[in-house]
Amino acid sequence: MKYPLLLLETLYRTMVRIRLCEESFVEPILSRDVLCPCHLYSGEEAVATGICASLTARDYVFGNHRSHGHYLAKGGSLAGLVAEIYCRETGCSRGRGGSMHIVDMDCGMLGAAPIVSGTISLALGAALAASIRKEDRVAVTFFGDGATGEGVLYESLNFAALMKLPMVFVCENNFYATHMPIRDCRVSSSIYKIAAPFGVESREVDGNDILQVYEAGWEAIDKCRKGEGPVFLECLTYRFRGHVGPDDNIQGSHTDIRPQEEVERWFQNDPIKKFENYLVSQNLISELAMDSIRKDVEKEVADAHRFAKSSPSPDSKEVMNYVFA
Amino acid sequence: MSSHRKLQYSLAINEALHQMMAADPSVFLIGQGTKSPWYVGNTAQGLLERFGASRVIDTPVSENAMTGAAVGAAIAGMRPVVVHPRMDFMFYAFDPIVNEAANWYYMNGGKASVPVVFWGIINRGGEQAAQHSQALHATFAHIPGLKVVMPSTPYDAKGLMIAAIKDPNPVVFIDDRLLYRVEDVVPEEIYELEIGKGVIRREGKDVTLAAVSFMAHESVKAADELAAQGIDVEVIDLRSVKPIDAALIVKSVMKTGRLVVADGGWKSFGLSAEVAAIASEQAFAFLKAPVKRLALPDCPAPASSVLEDAYYIKVNDIVKTVQKVFGR
Repeated sequence: MKYPLLLLETLYRTMVRIRLCEESFVEPILSRDVLCPCHLYSGEEAVATGICASLTARDYVFGNHRSHGHYLAKGGSLAGLVAEIYCRETGCSRGRGGSMHIVDMDCGMLGAAPIVSGTISLALGAALAASIRKEDRVAVTFFGDGATGEGVLYESLNFAALMKLPMVFVCENNFYATHMPIRDCRVSSSIYKIAAPFGVESREVDGNDILQVYEAGWEAIDKCRKGEGPVFLECLTYRFRGHVGPDDNIQGSHTDIRPQEEVERWFQNDPIKKFENYLVSQNLISELAMDSIRKDVEKEVADAHRFAKSSPSPDSKEVMNYVFA
Repeated sequence: MSSHRKLQYSLAINEALHQMMAADPSVFLIGQGTKSPWYVGNTAQGLLERFGASRVIDTPVSENAMTGAAVGAAIAGMRPVVVHPRMDFMFYAFDPIVNEAANWYYMNGGKASVPVVFWGIINRGGEQAAQHSQALHATFAHIPGLKVVMPSTPYDAKGLMIAAIKDPNPVVFIDDRLLYRVEDVVPEEIYELEIGKGVIRREGKDVTLAAVSFMAHESVKAADELAAQGIDVEVIDLRSVKPIDAALIVKSVMKTGRLVVADGGWKSFGLSAEVAAIASEQAFAFLKAPVKRLALPDCPAPASSVLEDAYYIKVNDIVKTVQKVFGR
């Protein structure tokens, strides 16, 4: 067998954890138990999962506005994430950051921010730190296709290449920058080609094929570890939910963005179902075993919601905590 | 009939854009989300259909280049309005706004002016946290070469947007999404408000209460409550942060002898500090009590709604502060 069973199980479990965790927010958002804006990662699980599978807790990840998946795949506490989305004191950012600012320093999830492209140069800096200290660490930045509009991406590509930094640029191309289809943002939809002029190796990956992402991620990260970085990966994927919240942004609805047929087509290309089919057809993991994983995760997610809801909100007297200037 | 026509704040901006784009072919709108109500509410409705995609430009997420392009187009003779639907993202555009547009006229010896409007929208609340909630008017007002206006009513929104577009120099036009549904009388014709002039929203003799934008509404509410308690508050809506209407502040403080400033920005080095300094420098002898400032604490916007509640200023905070200054 090409892949160790443990790896396949881990990949599957991580994708299921992300999916079930994300979908568990739909109801509380609709009932307004969750108030903070959530950009759900459903449909894009294979990207974070496949890339982070080759990282250790020593490696660094920076995310964006849609980073629940990056955080979980990197090993961030699920209970801490859920509590943060309820803005509770027990949340990973103590209720100060909410969905768009999630952090788990212990596992190398150094943070996330919704300013588009805002953390690309921060990952550049983390890679620079590793390089200055001659440490075996790789920094990964996750960003969307919309981020290719920001100049800082190109500045970072150039400097990463110049300094041969151990950095992987992961562009999650889901074909929409909020309300704008990619054709309205770029003349060429092949984003990976932007890296070549900077001397950065790059490739396009099927971001809904977990094993393809895993292979590409492993190779890229291995290159970085050998001092042959940086690497740029464009992962083609699709969000099952809309830009923010549960709304799917289908044309004709009030958000009116994506053609129904297109959304349906991508549902047929669900990265988790695709992986399940592969695992079953190759007799690698039984349906029973997958079912048991799903049940484990369902319980973990339900427990996390209970934990979050029973956790206190931050004390209003502590609004100035963590302010130093 | 028409003189009593009422319009929503957001639609007053929309009407200003329609009328100015129709009146002047050099006016155009550029920025992220100009064709999406997600971003700009109904402020841009009908513009794309009427004026076409060459003058109503929805852009990639490229704040620095799009704002720079607006500045360059202005130098080349156009009158662009560049919209930043979340003003937090304007930090990406600080170089074209601050280094280029603000300085351009001076550093080129008055040879080239930059008639551009930098339109930024405040979107606070809703547990959106530190990068989706910021009110940056004081930051802009600190820069020589930038005018900063913050209308609080539909009438002011239309008049100041038109004035900003007609102004030969860069104007930062800041609105707060909380104001978008405010409705009031708005004249149908093109008119402009003088940038730099405040207005007295409510006359009073006991305490001067100065505010701008959304806080001007909260201040009027507070003044109404205080009137019932026998405290007669004069509410000044500054309308412009820069130039600031110092004469209006001073005149009012000379009458009341007491000053409270309510600002939706941060306290240190902010608008409230500037207003307090004006009173101290120009009306010190008239002050019967120390000036009190109500502003956001020097703290990033928190996510948790419990913390938001403690963070943002409420009518009751204003009421209590005015009572204190009045000696109650």
